[in-house]
Amino acid sequence: MSQKKVTLFQEFLKGIWKENPILVSLLGLCPTLAVTVSAENGLAMGLAATFVVVSSSVIVSILRKIISPQVRIASFIVIIATFVTIADRFLAAYYPDISTNLGPFIPLIIVNCMILGRQEAFASKNNIGRSFLDAFGVGIGFTVVLVLLGGVREILGSGTLFGVEVMWNNFHPWAVMILPPGAFLALGLMIGVSNWLNELGEKK
Amino acid sequence: MNKSLKMILVLTIITIISGTVLSYWDNFTKPIINEHKSNKLDKLILEILPEHNSIEELKLGEYNLYIGKQDNKIVGIAFKVEGGGYQDIISMIVGVTPDFSEITALKILSQKETPGLGTKIVEDPSNENPAWFTEQFKNVKVKPEIVYVKNSKPSKDNEIQAITGATISSKSVVNILNTNIGKVKKMYNEK
Repeated sequence: MSQKKVTLFQEFLKGIWKENPILVSLLGLCPTLAVTVSAENGLAMGLAATFVVVSSSVIVSILRKIISPQVRIASFIVIIATFVTIADRFLAAYYPDISTNLGPFIPLIIVNCMILGRQEAFASKNNIGRSFLDAFGVGIGFTVVLVLLGGVREILGSGTLFGVEVMWNNFHPWAVMILPPGAFLALGLMIGVSNWLNELGEKK
Repeated sequence: MNKSLKMILVLTIITIISGTVLSYWDNFTKPIINEHKSNKLDKLILEILPEHNSIEELKLGEYNLYIGKQDNKIVGIAFKVEGGGYQDIISMIVGVTPDFSEITALKILSQKETPGLGTKIVEDPSNENPAWFTEQFKNVKVKPEIVYVKNSKPSKDNEIQAITGATISSKSVVNILNTNIGKVKKMYNEK
């Protein structure tokens, strides 16, 4: 491993752009496509997933030497499920509206491959500090894309952003944007733009 | 240490710790969550019954009826009905006239429908009136049964309009109402 060459800051930053879970690895697309009907939903989903990925990565990293390789996946899932349930109950108790909006997608974070992927590919092989930064970066990257996607779909599909009217008065909302096709359209365009920006960067 | 023994031990310990943490957390959050639920129920019952100055509670089988009275005259009856939706149980409060012939109001208590589609039964952000779906049930006739129509305005007084892209959720709401209102009416009249 070229671990020594990667600075701590790069460890954090790579999850946001170079290895963004959605735009580059295309992981965790199920919640991405399903809940991003508004920026608020995207933000709540992103923060819940960030909490889960960071907490699980830290615990997995602490336990990485005592978890036998044969039971690692089962152990990771139990650890992830614990944090997801904590987040789910927390939202239901303190943010009942958001919890109703996101419905089954909060419990479904358990099977989000982005989170299991971080445990398998990173936290189980690296120390606590690096695992924390890696997971935090990936979580932020996930959240930013979800908020952008939710924002675009909310503006075009409902004419609002975070529930506030932003479009002109007689703007007719494009209902398709908050339906599933809108999710694919918006996500496809976002991935396209990010690839285009990457190419521009390489040419320089 | 024996390899298999270690495997079993590690996973067992992780699971026990996880279970313990979760049971404590559940104990801590459950009262708050239940409070939200009962607050919501009380509030909805008040909103659903027409103008009244007293509420009488009546237990009929699995149903709890809230009978709204104005000067000892029954003005409306509200009760909770539940049934399968697209993914999970949809639970709602329905208000009916004292003779169970018409719906006076409908509110969704809880649901886990598809966000952005089935959730329009509660709130439809793409419509000028986000609560249009439940509000259209006002004054709908229960007899012979409530019927949903697609892509057109309802023309008869026992029809409602289904949500585009969420027919199953709309249908579930209608089915739950048809089955439960009939049952409650029967029990209430036999009482």
